[in-house]
Amino acid sequence: MIKKIWAWIQRFSSPKHFYAISGKLIPWFAVPAFLLGIYGLYMGLFVAPTDYQQGESYRIIFIHVPAAWMSMFIYIVMAISAAIGLIWQIKLADMIAAASAPIGAWFTFLALVTGSLWGKPMWGAYWVWDARLTSELILLFLYFGYMALQSSIEDQRTADKASGLLVIVGVVNIPIIHYSVEWWNTLHQGATVAKFDKPSMHIDMLIPLLVMALAAKLFYAAIVLMRARNEVLYRERNRQWVRDLVKKL
Amino acid sequence: MNGSEFSWSEFFDMGGYAVFVWTSYGLALGIVLVNIVSPLIERKRVVKRVKRAIARDRHASQANNSQTG
Repeated sequence: MIKKIWAWIQRFSSPKHFYAISGKLIPWFAVPAFLLGIYGLYMGLFVAPTDYQQGESYRIIFIHVPAAWMSMFIYIVMAISAAIGLIWQIKLADMIAAASAPIGAWFTFLALVTGSLWGKPMWGAYWVWDARLTSELILLFLYFGYMALQSSIEDQRTADKASGLLVIVGVVNIPIIHYSVEWWNTLHQGATVAKFDKPSMHIDMLIPLLVMALAAKLFYAAIVLMRARNEVLYRERNRQWVRDLVKKL
Repeated sequence: MNGSEFSWSEFFDMGGYAVFVWTSYGLALGIVLVNIVSPLIERKRVVKRVKRAIARDRHASQANNSQTG
């Protein structure tokens, strides 16, 4: 039984199989991501009511919070992929990790900048060295560290091992980001959605937020597949099937 | 935006927070576009590199054949 499952996993995680399947999957993520993004923008900008404390400035939330969630979500995906690559030597997992890093870094950057653009009118400062902001900045540096290790080590397997270890150790930062608003005194507001009792948010604000978050996840899925396909072509460039395929392009 | 009548100028003004709100949305749009375009460019680059590798290997094998033959 276990042997059967293992054979199945290996078949489906073979770069060749992945390349074929992922090509068909991309539009199934990209199109809903686009439609949900449009719907979320419409709901967030036109339907959601004005906040009674923050006025219209709060609408940055529909960009900022999904970006911040993605920055952590993608990091966790990367860490799990890197761990799978390290433990079971599944090449595809390392490719997924490598393909995720730049996307995660962009979302982290977006979360930091939109946070700063929201902080200026609300707190009076673009940046403060508080726990939430600092730990999110460290997340950006972890992404940069991973990408730097990937590109500076010539041998691909060594690069995957070294950068994979960095990502796995860096996971400690994720709960720090999440709980920073509880553990330390901070200017950053506490969780309004991801908590155990009811989200303390108006439903007309919550819906566009969740729609945008879902759109961002689907967008990531489409882009990570596109990037992973490039990784497959490059890393498997000495395989005959890649050469036959590339000749036709 | 729950005033009596919708006005575009009021909408773009974002209650005086226009700079902060629209910079955020604009940046998000820009990052989305960069993330779509960059894998497409990368793909072209990878295909070119693999094609070059194929050509190089063909030359190498031809050179070998003429030496041994």
